[in-house]
Amino acid sequence: MSRKLFASSKNLSILVTLGLFILMFGLGSIAFPGFFSVQNFFNLFIDNAYLMILAVGMTFVIISGGIDLSVGSMLGLSGMVSASLLEKAHMSPLCVIPIVLLMGTAMGLFMGYLIQTFNLSAWIVTLAGLYFARGMCYVVSLFTIAVTNDFFQTVAHAQVNIIGGNFLSPSALIAIGVVLIGFFVSRYTKFGRTVYAIGGSEQSAVLMGLPVASTKIAIYALSGFCAALAGIVFTFYTLSGYGLNGAGMELDTIAATVIGGTLLSGGVANLFGTALGVLVYGIIQVLIVFQGTLNSWWTRIVIGFLVFVFCVLQRLFETRKRTTIGPNPSRETTKATAGK
Amino acid sequence: MALWKSLSRSKIVWPLIALGALLLFNLIFTPRFYHLEIKEGHLYGDLVDILKNVAPIMLLSIGMTLVIATRGIDISVGSVVAVSAGAVAILIGGDLGGHPRVPIVVAMIAALLISSAAGMWNGMLVSRVRLQPIIATLILFVAGRGIAMVFTNAMVVWLYAKPFAILGQGYILGLPFSVFIVAFVLLLTLILTRRTAVGMFIEAVGINPTAARFSGINSKNIIFWVYAFSGLCAGIAGLIVCSTVMSADGNNAGNLFELDAILAVVLGGTSLNGGKFYLFGSIVGAWIIQTLTTTIYALGVPPEISPVVKALVVWVLCLLQSETFRARIARVFVRRELST
Repeated sequence: MSRKLFASSKNLSILVTLGLFILMFGLGSIAFPGFFSVQNFFNLFIDNAYLMILAVGMTFVIISGGIDLSVGSMLGLSGMVSASLLEKAHMSPLCVIPIVLLMGTAMGLFMGYLIQTFNLSAWIVTLAGLYFARGMCYVVSLFTIAVTNDFFQTVAHAQVNIIGGNFLSPSALIAIGVVLIGFFVSRYTKFGRTVYAIGGSEQSAVLMGLPVASTKIAIYALSGFCAALAGIVFTFYTLSGYGLNGAGMELDTIAATVIGGTLLSGGVANLFGTALGVLVYGIIQVLIVFQGTLNSWWTRIVIGFLVFVFCVLQRLFETRKRTTIGPNPSRETTKATAGK
Repeated sequence: MALWKSLSRSKIVWPLIALGALLLFNLIFTPRFYHLEIKEGHLYGDLVDILKNVAPIMLLSIGMTLVIATRGIDISVGSVVAVSAGAVAILIGGDLGGHPRVPIVVAMIAALLISSAAGMWNGMLVSRVRLQPIIATLILFVAGRGIAMVFTNAMVVWLYAKPFAILGQGYILGLPFSVFIVAFVLLLTLILTRRTAVGMFIEAVGINPTAARFSGINSKNIIFWVYAFSGLCAGIAGLIVCSTVMSADGNNAGNLFELDAILAVVLGGTSLNGGKFYLFGSIVGAWIIQTLTTTIYALGVPPEISPVVKALVVWVLCLLQSETFRARIARVFVRRELST
């Protein structure tokens, strides 16, 4: 009985997100001529590819009950490093991309190691990571670096025809690929199941003999990898490296993840929900652009409001769950430690 | 010896030693740092600049200390600074002749009310809706800057009302006026927390919320008012920030202040796990941060790179606070002693 309720409440929040998306798309189509088109839908993927990749990494971190605030500035740093290696060192993209991905993974690995081995608060460690990466951007260069490399130019302007002249960009395809792989990994691999187990109750996961320590470190490495990949995709998108790129994006990512039905206390998430959350985030921006008179700062207010609504909804679900199946002491303790 | 023992046990000693070390470093490497002169009737030099620039961070760290003591955290303070600056700027108005739209005092009180309301919103979410503090304050962190931008219509508002400049640029007895504001708020907070039972209640809530509740403390209200107070402090800081530059920039005012404030509190010896708090420690912590920043500038390092240094400091501090890390270091020493 309790399991059934649990499962249904999980799916319910995805349905709420899906409903919200359809509602917004519908409202936009009625209010603005030219809004309803397949291309406009595809554009959501094209314009938010980097956010989707970040959100996949973030979802894994949040499932495990952690957080990674460094992703936005890691995206900026990856873009900065790739632009600088391409334009100043004139290296081949075939070298640059692996180097950048490796750098992101290493940074995540380092933070994961600090968090896991020394039992530090993920919030503080990754907040410092945010500032570290942001500062490193300016160590690389104080100014914008334009990317003129042929390969990056080609990828940036490429269009992949899907149906009837409607196209996706290579970046959007990468993002969709990452979501699919993320879904597969989270559901059908040992690693993915361990991540969920840690989020459900870390103590039980340890007692079950799962490799908790190495998995937790790997999660942050994965998030760092996603941030670096998103940085490269963002460079395709803007064709430049700039020290302020991705400022505040970590919160957009968390917001999109929460809107996608991920429980911030860990253990509950669906990668498709995350993708939907990103689409909702994207459509708010498109609606505000179409509306025309509101300035773009309203996006932040609306996002803040949506996060509020979803957090309160989750809180209600949680309380109801607890009153139905009774208090769970082990969960309380893991939460208390996570709260630190 | 006994004096040393009691000193080393006191939390205030380590921040003071760190501050002393920084000042010593400057004495050797940047002698210009200590240059003081009297210009236009007040003291002038790097040391006075530190005092002048540190006021907002000190104010934030006073509020943050109490929040962290209840085992919470408030990451919205930077955004609230922007909101308060935006509100006061739009109420005074950018009249070139310097005629304020509403009396300056009224504008200031209104801005403080708005920022206290922002704090109460956070407090309500944490104490009543029972969201995790970091999530609850994340909402305003995201939306706050949007609200500030909506106040100022996404433009930088320049102020010409001379009397308002006293807050951030005025001098009394040769010292910056803002120093006296900080001293006043600190004194008030000290009286409130140390001369009444409030301080003990706050520590009790931080050490063990359940035990605090059973012993008859209304922890909900304590938590609520602590966040409201943090909002008020951020509001005062916002007024000073706005007055220092005589403009309100919703995008940059108070940017990254939250980390500085948290860092100041942690440097001051208050643990992120809540409980005992040290207001003087936080003040010294803020002082250290500003001295560090000024030192970095004095060494000729671009200001954009200073986050890297701060991030490294945070990581090291976290490690020093970690039991596991201490145990490991201790083990290394023990092993060395055994082998000799």
